[in-house]
Amino acid sequence: MHDFAYHRPQSLEDAANFLRTAEDPLLMAGGQTMIPTLKQRLAAPSDVIDLAEVPGLVMIDVKKAQVSVGAMLTHASVASSPEVQAALPALAGLAGNIGDMHVRNRGTLGGSIANNDPAADYPAALIGLGATVHTSKRQIAADDFFTALFETALAGDEIVTSVDFPVPELAAYMKFDHPASRYAVVGVFIAKFGTDVRAAVTGAGPCVYREAQMEEALTRDFSPSALADMTISPDGMNTDLYAGPEYRANLVKIMATRAVEAALKGGG
Amino acid sequence: MYKDVTITINGEEYQEHIPVRLLLVDFIRDVAGLTGTHVGCTYEGVCGACTIQIDSEAVKSCLMLAVQADGHEVATVEGLAQDGKLHPLQEEFNEHHALQCGYCTPGILMNAEEFLKENPDPSEDEIREALIGNLCRCTGYVNIVTAIKSAAEKMA
Repeated sequence: MHDFAYHRPQSLEDAANFLRTAEDPLLMAGGQTMIPTLKQRLAAPSDVIDLAEVPGLVMIDVKKAQVSVGAMLTHASVASSPEVQAALPALAGLAGNIGDMHVRNRGTLGGSIANNDPAADYPAALIGLGATVHTSKRQIAADDFFTALFETALAGDEIVTSVDFPVPELAAYMKFDHPASRYAVVGVFIAKFGTDVRAAVTGAGPCVYREAQMEEALTRDFSPSALADMTISPDGMNTDLYAGPEYRANLVKIMATRAVEAALKGGG
Repeated sequence: MYKDVTITINGEEYQEHIPVRLLLVDFIRDVAGLTGTHVGCTYEGVCGACTIQIDSEAVKSCLMLAVQADGHEVATVEGLAQDGKLHPLQEEFNEHHALQCGYCTPGILMNAEEFLKENPDPSEDEIREALIGNLCRCTGYVNIVTAIKSAAEKMA
């Protein structure tokens, strides 16, 4: 790990000021991805800006039609929140299956989405539910937030503050996880809002995306059989030691089918 | 870069002037001299041997900077036994032969201690799920699961 200056700002304005004035700054949320990245010298920031004590980022607000989660809320807090479990069980379940207990005690919503790892879980929830990201500057629709592999629409001096998740009629997230890391080899988030259905896929490609043909088929008939004859193209899908593109393409269909089954049973 | 920190470990305050890039696990082992917390996977965050608790939550101390613990309470395996009496988890690990080489044990104990507080009557599946962040390469986990279950019953 290269040396850096460490700051623990006490306000969002101070944190944003460090982002504007430091030579090569990096924000730290839970650090569960960032610290390994620093150790491997994949990142060598001049300044690390720890958001741990910025007020207002650890909040949860559950209303009938919307669940709002602060950027610094940990996965463990989201997973164990009785309000989130009742209003949006698919989101609580997703958070409770990220990594392991240790990682869930530190890792945060804001850190996960700002990093935009292609195999991360939260991006699928944001896209699947059509969430809105609140930042220190503006609101960004989830569909516009995740732009490419490890890239987002965030400006250099912009900080995620919270995310609003609309509460759907039915929803579920299913992932085929890597048994050691629990990252999604493929994960699919399905949500039904009245006649509108959204299907978000993570792990399969370089960036989370919506699978349009699935959304159309499920809009016509929200049942597992609606996906039975569908072919998912492996073109452009990820390949690594664990799964090639064809295998991932097949998993997209299987995870989507299981997610529809789970959504019809009440989500998870 | 250096920073002054105050970190409380097992109730004892450590005021130190440390490099900001020092990992918490290295602070615990090399600065505080508490070597019960182990480094198993060359600091990659995958093995769980360095699990400690910060403000009563189990975390991997190789995935935190020591400066992040400034002003916080750390608990390590050395603090589990009270007044010379082993914690029920330690007693049951001993009773059920839940360790062979013992390298992973401190991390598992610190994880299981938080787990049993949140889930005092766990099923075998829940115990196994809770253990996914802790690698053991000796036991095959069977006796670890038995020991945690037994400790839960003892603490009930």
